[in-house]
Amino acid sequence: MSDRCVVTINPIDPCSALDGCISDQDGAAILFLGTVRNHNDGREVGHLDYQAYAPMAEATLYEIVAEAHQRWDTGGISVIHRYGRLEIGDISVAIAVASPHRAEAFEASRYIIEELKKRAPIWKREGYLSGESEWLQGSTPVPPSEG
Amino acid sequence: MEIRTLFFATYRDIAGAEELLVTLPAGASVRDLVHELRARGTAWQAFPTDPAAAVNLNYAPLSTPLAAGDEVAFIPPVSGG
Repeated sequence: MSDRCVVTINPIDPCSALDGCISDQDGAAILFLGTVRNHNDGREVGHLDYQAYAPMAEATLYEIVAEAHQRWDTGGISVIHRYGRLEIGDISVAIAVASPHRAEAFEASRYIIEELKKRAPIWKREGYLSGESEWLQGSTPVPPSEG
Repeated sequence: MEIRTLFFATYRDIAGAEELLVTLPAGASVRDLVHELRARGTAWQAFPTDPAAAVNLNYAPLSTPLAAGDEVAFIPPVSGG
């Protein structure tokens, strides 16, 4: 079993996310993809620009994956997130989870995407067909309390 | 001491730069860094007084003392996925 978290400007090959995840004791593997849609909040979207604090984002993804392992009996997990300019239909994130039984793979995958959206230092700006663009209102990450 | 300071998304738009090298007195905290930046002119008034910050890749409170060579990143609300 091995885990892999990557934040990259290169296009994501979805099948590559599964590489190395599945071992002989696993009976299930699922692949989640986030893709760029052409609308949001009633506005027509033409493309997205992602920024990432890549070294911290990768470290955060590894933390989230470690939490998933603590909560569920899973095999290998990989998370790949892209940054830079993405067009409609492009894959922004791929999450692959293998596990001995299917329930754990579904739950761990859901946990990872939800936590990623709350905590990973990654940002997206929507470019609208009207020519305007806006950074999305995001989640405020919770820093450690004042010591 | 000099602190490499990184900006992303809306904060990068305010700073007009991906990163700045900011000179601070020894013993300064992340909060002191915020004060120094916000004193740089009217554009900086849009920069929050209490942004989330990371020191050397870990989220850290504004009270965190800084040392020469530290890397500070200010983290606006995140929207990955």
